[in-house]
Amino acid sequence: MDQPETPPPAMAELAHQHVVFDDGLALECGVVVRPLVVAYRSYGTLNAERSNAVLVCHALTGDQYVAEAHPLTGKPGWWEQVVGPGRPVDTNRYFVVCANVLGGCMGSTGPRSPRGDGGTPWGTDFPPVTVGDMVRAQKRLIEHLGIARLFAVIGGSMGGMHVLQWAAAYPDSVFAAVPVATAAHHSAQNIAFNEVGRQAIFADPDWQGGRYWASGTRPARGLAVARMAAHITYLSEQALTRKFGRRLRGHGQHASTLFGDMFEVESYLQHQGSTFVNRFDANSYLTITRAMDYFDLAAEHDGDLGSAFAGTRTRFCIISFSSDWLFPTTESRAVARALNRAAANVSFVEIASDKGHDAFLLEEPDFHRTLAGFLAGCAEHAGLQPAPRPALQPAARP
Amino acid sequence: MNDAAPIRYVAKNMRLDLRLIADMVTPGSRVLDIGCGDGTLIDHLFRTKGCDARGIEIDMAEVTHAVAHGLPVMQGDADSDLSQYPDGAFDFVILSRTLQAVERPREVLRQMLRIGTRAIVSFPNFGHWQVRSQLLWGGRMPMTPVWSRPWHETPNIHPCTIRDFFHLAAEEGYVIERWLAVAEDGQRAPWRRFPALANLFGEQALFQLRRA
Repeated sequence: MDQPETPPPAMAELAHQHVVFDDGLALECGVVVRPLVVAYRSYGTLNAERSNAVLVCHALTGDQYVAEAHPLTGKPGWWEQVVGPGRPVDTNRYFVVCANVLGGCMGSTGPRSPRGDGGTPWGTDFPPVTVGDMVRAQKRLIEHLGIARLFAVIGGSMGGMHVLQWAAAYPDSVFAAVPVATAAHHSAQNIAFNEVGRQAIFADPDWQGGRYWASGTRPARGLAVARMAAHITYLSEQALTRKFGRRLRGHGQHASTLFGDMFEVESYLQHQGSTFVNRFDANSYLTITRAMDYFDLAAEHDGDLGSAFAGTRTRFCIISFSSDWLFPTTESRAVARALNRAAANVSFVEIASDKGHDAFLLEEPDFHRTLAGFLAGCAEHAGLQPAPRPALQPAARP
Repeated sequence: MNDAAPIRYVAKNMRLDLRLIADMVTPGSRVLDIGCGDGTLIDHLFRTKGCDARGIEIDMAEVTHAVAHGLPVMQGDADSDLSQYPDGAFDFVILSRTLQAVERPREVLRQMLRIGTRAIVSFPNFGHWQVRSQLLWGGRMPMTPVWSRPWHETPNIHPCTIRDFFHLAAEEGYVIERWLAVAEDGQRAPWRRFPALANLFGEQALFQLRRA
């Protein structure tokens, strides 16, 4: 395993912009987490009518740092290609909000949070949260910001589940919904891969039954293996072949020992694993993957996904990617058809890409054009003013 | 960003049958355009008639183009996706120049008139005299400006004539509220009121149907 060259800043010491709700949040499981903290970032300006707000929902290992350098890793925001001035989600025009999910580890209430004031962290005692709970926490933030109706809710992967949940739970608060590379439930295969990751964490001696925080350690190897297994599911076979093939790292001679030479793909995955542990908490990983596994929007509506959206006036744009085998197009088509059963206004596009599930995070011009065009069309229907033109340079004084 | 704004008002360049169809649609109505291509018609219906117009298109490149221009279009198939919609979801369901390319035309028509109050169907007329004469005198599958692809390449697996369509509508008990046949250039013609002449001289046919 690659060792990080410099010790990372401690996750716990980092301050994140946040709101505290002292009355807490009653979860679906019956537990009340009190207080509820929601960490978030925003970009752009909320207009006077408060009608231009866009909520971006992040994926399993994402966070609220959508369009700016990450405070821990220093890397660019995870969706800087999509969110920013002149980008498809144009921050000159829209007020963009992204919140760290409930159960996360970037400032929102989660397993690393103390129980009550100054108590010990929840750890594995953190109650099982659901995608519905996560969305209710986001709703609290949006209400706190004075926004009654979001112009759009956009998200990929688990973020797409949040989008679907938003549209089903708060149809009148969502003008447009863009679920990307997602599904209305986790398949058995999705659950299976998550379970491999969880078992890797459990198998790490440093996990210590989830109380690793008490001894100041963390199950870095287990979490890294979980990330490696998951990362394979984010890529396509073509993408792996194109990026790495069977190339060996180094001189390419046959090794004299069994693991003497390393394939580039191995090196890449190990790097992904080792950098991940610096920015993610193992108990959060367990909590969030479990929430995704339990998500089943149709089951909450007597098995009919269409009835989850009955009477909706939200405009939907469902987007999938042709080489995504984690959330394949068939899942998106099932959502589109359910929306048809509800006679909803739905656009549905499969973007041709060989980059696998990760395509939604990468440079995909067709995806970006589709998203920008859909939002522009919705803005027209919502009566949003076009983006202000850049101010003219004042004439130089003589 | 402004480049992506939907400014595609192209009525004067719009295909003739689309212009004729647009004239049949009531302002403010709910419309589903099956086989909508790049969405020209639904854009026109929204901009000029305030319709809630949506589209289904099988070709993904066309769908991407349409959605990227802000139009509500979903990738789908007339043969398999219409059954998903609830009864009476639309006032008009449009199928322009697509009937001859679907797998089960009779079932598609039934679905159209289940999910919509009215159906508007346009199709190229296989009874046109040029088509007939090529088959009669040349003995080969016709190739005309309307039927422009060789038999082994054509997606048009169910060509029909105007009289065939009258026959199917009667069999299914549909009421033909309006119909017309037109030459490709859309000029008015005296034969357009007589089915037998229309079937011989009309290059395209346009029908508005409702359930009896």
